Amino acid sequence: MPTPETPRGTRRLTIAEALREAVAEEMRRDESVFLIGEDIGIEGGFGGAFGVYLGLTDEFGHERIVDTPISEKAIAGAAVGAALMGFRPIADMQYSDFLFECMDELVNQAAKMRLMSGGRLSVPLVMRAPVGASVRGAQHGQSPESYFAHVPGLKVVCVSDAYHAKGLLKSAVRDDNPVLFFEHKLLYGTKGREQAGGLDLTAEVPEEEYLFPIGQAVVKRAGGDVTLVATHVSLYRCLAVADELSAAAGIECEVIDPLTLLPLDTETLWASVRKTGRLVIVHEDTLTGGWGAEVAARAADECLYALEAPIKRVAALDVPIPYAPVLEQAVVPSVERIETAVREVCA
Amino acid sequence: MRPERPQPTVLLELYRTMLLIRRFEERVYFLFLEGEIPGTLHQCQGQEAVATGVCDALEAGDWITSTHRPHGHALAKGVSPRAAMAELYGKETGCCRGRGGSMHLGDPDVGMLPAIAIVGGGNTVVTGLGLAFKLGRTGQVAACFFGEGATNEGAFHEGLNFAAVQQLPVVFVCENNLYGASTPWERVSLVPSVAARAGAYGVTAQVVDGMDVVAVRRAASTAVAAARAGQGPTLLECATYRFVGHSRSDARGYRSRVEEDEWRLRDPIVGLRHQLLEEGAADEAAFDAVGGEVDAVLDDAVEFARSSPDPDPAELLADAYA
Repeated sequence: MPTPETPRGTRRLTIAEALREAVAEEMRRDESVFLIGEDIGIEGGFGGAFGVYLGLTDEFGHERIVDTPISEKAIAGAAVGAALMGFRPIADMQYSDFLFECMDELVNQAAKMRLMSGGRLSVPLVMRAPVGASVRGAQHGQSPESYFAHVPGLKVVCVSDAYHAKGLLKSAVRDDNPVLFFEHKLLYGTKGREQAGGLDLTAEVPEEEYLFPIGQAVVKRAGGDVTLVATHVSLYRCLAVADELSAAAGIECEVIDPLTLLPLDTETLWASVRKTGRLVIVHEDTLTGGWGAEVAARAADECLYALEAPIKRVAALDVPIPYAPVLEQAVVPSVERIETAVREVCA
Repeated sequence: MRPERPQPTVLLELYRTMLLIRRFEERVYFLFLEGEIPGTLHQCQGQEAVATGVCDALEAGDWITSTHRPHGHALAKGVSPRAAMAELYGKETGCCRGRGGSMHLGDPDVGMLPAIAIVGGGNTVVTGLGLAFKLGRTGQVAACFFGEGATNEGAFHEGLNFAAVQQLPVVFVCENNLYGASTPWERVSLVPSVAARAGAYGVTAQVVDGMDVVAVRRAASTAVAAARAGQGPTLLECATYRFVGHSRSDARGYRSRVEEDEWRLRDPIVGLRHQLLEEGAADEAAFDAVGGEVDAVLDDAVEFARSSPDPDPAELLADAYA
């Protein structure tokens, strides 16, 4: 419900609500948009693994909400084929870990059909996939976005709040390229799960239609001393660290949500790095070969002489995500590890 | 009751398409050995009746997916010999502007996706074509070519089951040439027939003599009609044989010359020619005319490819994204 402080024409929505609105609006706007995945439209079912599609079958019916067998290759392959024929499928992976079941369809087919056809075909599909450690263990807790940020022909989006989630999903649906759209499991709800820091994860979302462009980063918090680049839950931990260090040490962090990993908005990133002279990259993907390595390498290439300290990466440890909460929290980037890294580069 | 025999003009056209494929492959192989065509080749001599019979049963607006062995499918579906040859040469005038090559021949204008060279890769993608036609109520049909080797891929099973439960307008066409590269089918399946696997998914299947273009065309017409009528997918297992090696360096040590000779006696082009002569539907002069016409088309295609410009590397990065 709008509060008295909420500007006219906006509400506070969760990411799940914002994504549901984006899907419904795009399906109303364009007959070629349809949903395909497991457990997405079954009566009495879940509306997708995290409830994003709850209630949509009432409006759009089973023809445009295609419930599939547990067949990730078929889901992705069908999305590729339908996209090649001019439809705009939004495909659903219950967990991003399952994307490995359909790597061929995504990497060999979706990403390459454009080039292989000499630019004569395009593959306008969206693949939504939840990432992140959430006490589900090694095969339901990865953050595999870096695998896809390595693939020419794909676009890779990571959303962390309701406003950008909605605007970016609508842009992804309208994009003529295959877009991998990564959401974090701990960020769907009204109140972030305990592991996410008990955050209020609702955000103001305008009533009127809007898009947010793919390939544009946002500065979530301005600061002059050090640039922090982070996605998903790590972004909120960076914001917490920024508040803490501002109060305790007078260190002002500029926190940037890249939102799109491929193509990367280096303009926004390097403008910040040239201002602060320090760069810390934080992600829940593992360290070795994670997308932070690409950001660091390009920062070294493109703004080395603006740097006053080594580039730091804070990432998940190079191990599979373990189950026990105490182990899981030891693997993912914690507030403490982020704070230590920031203090090191600012020392 | 004997099924109705196609008109002589239709049969002669099927003959012409098969001969075009055969001579295209022979020409391409020679040019490859001469060093004019780069890369590698997977030729389909012997399998022409499958591509020709299936594509003739399709309408112009229908689509196919193909494999790493796509030359026959492409020519049968209507990719121009010029554009196909130029693609093998890696030229800008190729059907994929030199970006695809031998294993990715295709042309959206004639309803052929760039061929998918990952074994089984087309078996899931084709369901998306079918889904698009079903959702759009377009009346179109998609046919998916694959080898018997692909039926041991997960993609075959996921694609077939999904097409079945969605009753998609798809025809799965298995070109069973007995060998996955060098590996004989009986070494990799305890089930003797690919068609038997379709029953596990509630899909109608038929084993067809893949060396008989008329039989293939007849079975494909039935399958296409069922798909177009909303009765879901059919699997056709076409028993065929590739007369040549798997790829350029294959000396075929895994199969006997006796077996090869037996299959060569069933050459689909020679067989149709004999039938037409026996029936009096065509004479030697007619075959000579077809042969001369095919040779002229290929002469023109080679000359076109040779004289076409290379792609410009400066334009390459623009092609990865729409």
